[in-house]
Amino acid sequence: MSSIPLTADNLDSMSSPSDRLKVDHFRHLKERVIESIMFLAAFVSVVTTLGIVYILVSESTVFFRQVPLSDFLFDRQWTPLFDDAHYGIMVLLSGTITSSVVALLVAIPLGTIIAIYLSEFAPFVVREVAKPFLELLGGVPTIIYGYFALVFLTPLLQKIYPDLPGFNLLSAGIVMGIMIIPYVASLSEDAMKAVPMALREGSYAMGATRLQTSLRVVMPAATSGIASAYILGISRAVGETMILAVAAGMQPNLTFNPTEPGATITSYIVQVALGDLPHGSIGYQTIFAAGLTLMLMTLAFNLLGYYMRKKFREAY
Amino acid sequence: MNQQELQALRTLIAAHKRKDFLFGILGIFALMIGVLTFLSLFANMAIEGLGRIDADFLTSFPSRRAANAGILSAWVGSTLVMLVTAFAAVPIGVASGIYLEEYAPKNWMTDIIEINISNLAGVPSIIYGLLALGLFVYTFGLGQSILSAGLTLALLILPVVIVATREAIRSIPQIIREGAYACGATTWQVVRDHIVPYSSAGILTGIIIGMARAIGETAPIITIGALTFIAFLPPAPFAGDPPAGMFDWLFAPFTVMPIQMFNWTSRPEAAFATNAAAAGFILVLMTLAMNGLAIWLRYRLRKNINW
Repeated sequence: MSSIPLTADNLDSMSSPSDRLKVDHFRHLKERVIESIMFLAAFVSVVTTLGIVYILVSESTVFFRQVPLSDFLFDRQWTPLFDDAHYGIMVLLSGTITSSVVALLVAIPLGTIIAIYLSEFAPFVVREVAKPFLELLGGVPTIIYGYFALVFLTPLLQKIYPDLPGFNLLSAGIVMGIMIIPYVASLSEDAMKAVPMALREGSYAMGATRLQTSLRVVMPAATSGIASAYILGISRAVGETMILAVAAGMQPNLTFNPTEPGATITSYIVQVALGDLPHGSIGYQTIFAAGLTLMLMTLAFNLLGYYMRKKFREAY
Repeated sequence: MNQQELQALRTLIAAHKRKDFLFGILGIFALMIGVLTFLSLFANMAIEGLGRIDADFLTSFPSRRAANAGILSAWVGSTLVMLVTAFAAVPIGVASGIYLEEYAPKNWMTDIIEINISNLAGVPSIIYGLLALGLFVYTFGLGQSILSAGLTLALLILPVVIVATREAIRSIPQIIREGAYACGATTWQVVRDHIVPYSSAGILTGIIIGMARAIGETAPIITIGALTFIAFLPPAPFAGDPPAGMFDWLFAPFTVMPIQMFNWTSRPEAAFATNAAAAGFILVLMTLAMNGLAIWLRYRLRKNINW
């Protein structure tokens, strides 16, 4: 090393032990650029939400300039495409509520029982087989479920109730419930699995049976998780589209009777999209007003779920 | 304790054990409802549709006569839309996941992004259809094209990909990062050389599940106004005159498998119901294969990894 002549030119490099330890400004620049790109990617989801809100609100504003909000909320008819147009969202809401209630009556009891069974009762092998199977059930496209409700379940139900029409909210709701079971079951099961073993052991040591332990110790401890599983189930049911579009008929019908055909908010949007409505017409804007209503409903459920998770959170 | 009390106690215990046993049966019964529904759904489609599936069915266009109709334009359309979806959702989703796990500072912006992603996962798919109708189709003028549909589905599955990426990354122990940083690696070097390779199987699982969901999605694509009767194929990808002609396919009208099936389901004639069953059977097979692959991958992963 001493053979290098000491000149003004290489004095600089002599003073530092190695070139590789020199501060490389380019290296930092590159890091900053990559980080910014990553941030932009993450920001796409925020832009998506803003886009949804912007589109729904701006198109709905045009709609509500022509249709007063009181008509929208309280009119008892929904005939936006007729000459004598009525815009009572209540009609579509009744279909959404009826089908969702049927679906939840199926999904919540069955989903909870399956969750308790898998978490507390089932032998290891059963759980290892059942969980992937439930996942497969949740992955079946909803159009398939709709077809199933229409050509399989409805004829089956018609053998019991001969008066049941070919399109009805009942069979759509039941199939929708079966579709939701995997979501409710697997999230509830996760919540129950997260309950510490010591709580169960304490309960068993007191002489409690498995059922008593599950219902009185594990379930109360897992309330926040189970509640958010139910709420996810509700928002799935409210937002489900194709099962209802295929199997429930698409005629607006103000009814809470599941054995009748009916349209929901979602199936109305599909019905309009299938037709050929000109961009910017009032009929075109109704689907955005309906979509805004749907969005507000799911947002309310999301917030409720968030609140429940906070309120019932048990920390161990 | 006298004999009588002992007897009462035994009866009580027996009653509780019986309840336990009954609940076990109830649990199996509830599971069976799910299993049976699935099997009857699958069997129903197989019985109705299997006879209809042959080479002609796969290579014919839809037709007004049910016996001549096929799903050529539908499966080609589905493939092309999935191509666009994968190209958009995979880089953005994986990058978002990496950002949130490895880069994001703890501040309000990160909180907003995180809350936002979990909210987006709960937004009904038809709302994405309305977004695409207003934004892609009319505001950006992309029309009712393969590009619009692919981007819509990409936005729809973005939360799935992001969550899977984050979970895969979170399972990498902290010592891996610390080791790399101690050697003087930058964050990007850690991500490129360690985080991405070690989490790639988990990320892949998430991508497959997302794609399986996208391929069966019907509502958002109907909402953007995809035609249901398409008796022609879009131009072959990347085959036209470069540079402009190569992307003609992105702007072509199209149909996809679930829409073709919906179209046939909504017709009254029985022959079309058979077609719907056949198309449905193929669709179910595709989604099952993809989901099965993802589950298998995850199982392999859980077995093989020892940090």
